[in-house]
Amino acid sequence: MSTNIDNKLYTLKYSTDTESHLKITDKEKCRLCTSKNCTYICPAKVYEWNPDSQEIIINFENCLECGACRIACEKKVIDWQYPKGTKGVTFKQG
Amino acid sequence: MLKQENKTDVIVVGAGPAGIACAITLARNGKEVVLIERGLFAGSKNVFGGAIYTQPTKEIFPNFEQEAPVERRTVQHNFAILGEVDSTTISYRKNDNSSYSVIRGKFDRWAAEEARKAGVYLVEETVVRELIKEKNKIIGVKTELESFYSDIVIIADGVNSLLAKQIGLRKNIETKDVALSVKEVIKLDKDIINQRFNVKDTEGVITEIFGGSMLGILGLGFLYTNKDSVSIGLGITLNELVESKISPYEYLEKLKQHPSIAPLIEGGELKEYSAHLIPEGGYKKIPKLTANGVMVVGDAAMLVNNLHWEGTNLAMISGKLAAETAVEALDNNDFSKKMLSNYEKRLKESFIIKDMRTYKDLMDVMHSRKSAFLSYYFKKINSFFEMFTSVNSVPKKTNFRNFIKSIFTDRSIVELFKDCTAVIKLLWSILA
Ligand SMILES: Cc1cc2nc3c(=O)[nH]c(=O)nc-3n(C[C@H](O)[C@H](O)[C@H](O)COP(=O)(O)OP(=O)(O)OC[C@H]3O[C@@H](n4cnc5c(N)ncnc54)[C@H](O)[C@@H]3O)c2cc1C
Ligand code: SF4
Ligand code: SF4
Repeated sequence: MSTNIDNKLYTLKYSTDTESHLKITDKEKCRLCTSKNCTYICPAKVYEWNPDSQEIIINFENCLECGACRIACEKKVIDWQYPKGTKGVTFKQG
Repeated sequence: MLKQENKTDVIVVGAGPAGIACAITLARNGKEVVLIERGLFAGSKNVFGGAIYTQPTKEIFPNFEQEAPVERRTVQHNFAILGEVDSTTISYRKNDNSSYSVIRGKFDRWAAEEARKAGVYLVEETVVRELIKEKNKIIGVKTELESFYSDIVIIADGVNSLLAKQIGLRKNIETKDVALSVKEVIKLDKDIINQRFNVKDTEGVITEIFGGSMLGILGLGFLYTNKDSVSIGLGITLNELVESKISPYEYLEKLKQHPSIAPLIEGGELKEYSAHLIPEGGYKKIPKLTANGVMVVGDAAMLVNNLHWEGTNLAMISGKLAAETAVEALDNNDFSKKMLSNYEKRLKESFIIKDMRTYKDLMDVMHSRKSAFLSYYFKKINSFFEMFTSVNSVPKKTNFRNFIKSIFTDRSIVELFKDCTAVIKLLWSILA
């Protein structure tokens, strides 16, 4: 029984805010970042590198609010907040 | 209704096991408590393996075995050491009631409801954005909508503790001080679980998983049986994930496909995927726990004994000890750091700090000898049993000799010596 990440995320209940609770404070730093570790350590594949615009795309609506990216970001440029009280993920099982 | 609008005796931030235990203890002592939780309901943001432990849980909820939504009572602990394709498992079985598997979305919610019944003002769907400081004392909290004031604030906001960070009690966390955990709850028929795990309806099994997809890296897997689902997951130290460039869910997928694990979850349906951090820094990374008007409890204080998957117990008991200190402080109308440091004293006298200290060197040793302890020896254990169980018309003596020879040829004497010293040092630090 194997499942890919999209199917995994599909099992979750979200209430999506219109505004992202995750922001990158200095996009230039991402261009200089060699690891781009946010793109693979995130358990919800929130961060994607867009080679055309040379920017990180943040799919914040998938965030599981674990906090890993805040700690792992190579250049410490992620402004990481909890979503508003009524927003974000809800785990029914946990 | 609060006695005074927007002002109370104690504000507890975070309705996990630590915050709930703290708030309920305060309410039972006649204090006015507001418990603030950012989730839709208590438990809705929380993830663990997991099992709660009976003795410590009973200290807070004496009748939880009858009243709480528990899943299965643990009757067996498995320790499974996985090689690439094989595995060696040690099982310990005893029909007692030392722990229960639970689902946090149900258990935390129930526990918070118990707190409410005891008189706690539970405020859900509310994020505390910052602590309010006046004249070098914490005097309240600011939420998105309003400010609340209190004589004491208890920080129980979990592993990320933005609040302890905000007031300088805690430094930046490093990637080697947390593990990132991913988990799946997989729906399976009750009877199938009973059959596969050799248990009756209310009985359950805990399996700790070493190696497998985590061979050579600092990671630990788990499998718990619930009523009609199993929880499978793993936690990998964040610096290892960063270095390996492999996503956590890929490690989990690979673990699920291991020949010793796959049959246990076969035919199951994914109910929910989740992720959470685990504090792993241990004793050396415990932050400052008190300041004027404030105490830090549970994961926010990094109180986790990761080798034993213990966290809820340290959370509940630290919450309780902080509550007892708060009662004392309120009765004396003294909220100074000096008064509140009685909480630290209580922690030191309890099993909490003692256990944290026992394992103070564990993670350092593991980080430095991981390829040995988390790969080489796991594989060797399995190849020993492969040798021991194989019937191949080779004389036994030859098999044994070859196995022993392989220990010395596969790994240099120097490394073997270093491994031994590391083990002795570790045992010394644990037992001394
Ligand atoms: C994968 C995994 C497996 C585990 N397995 C086990 C196990 O089997 N047994 C065991 O005993 N322990 C286990 N643990 C550890 C255990 O889950 C934790 O130690 C325990 O939950 C800590 O409790 P806590 O109350 O301190 O923190 P949490 O349970 O994290 O609770 C913190 C609460 O604060 C809320 N919050 C955070 N910030 C704010 C804010 N600003 N405003 C309002 N609310 C806020 C959160 O929503 C949350 O409800 C495991 C942990 C993980 C991740
Ligand atoms: S790790 Fe940090 S700096 Fe690097 S790309 Fe991601 S967000 Fe940018
Ligand atoms: S908090 Fe966790 S889930 Fe959310 S973006 Fe960061 S790493 Fe991904």
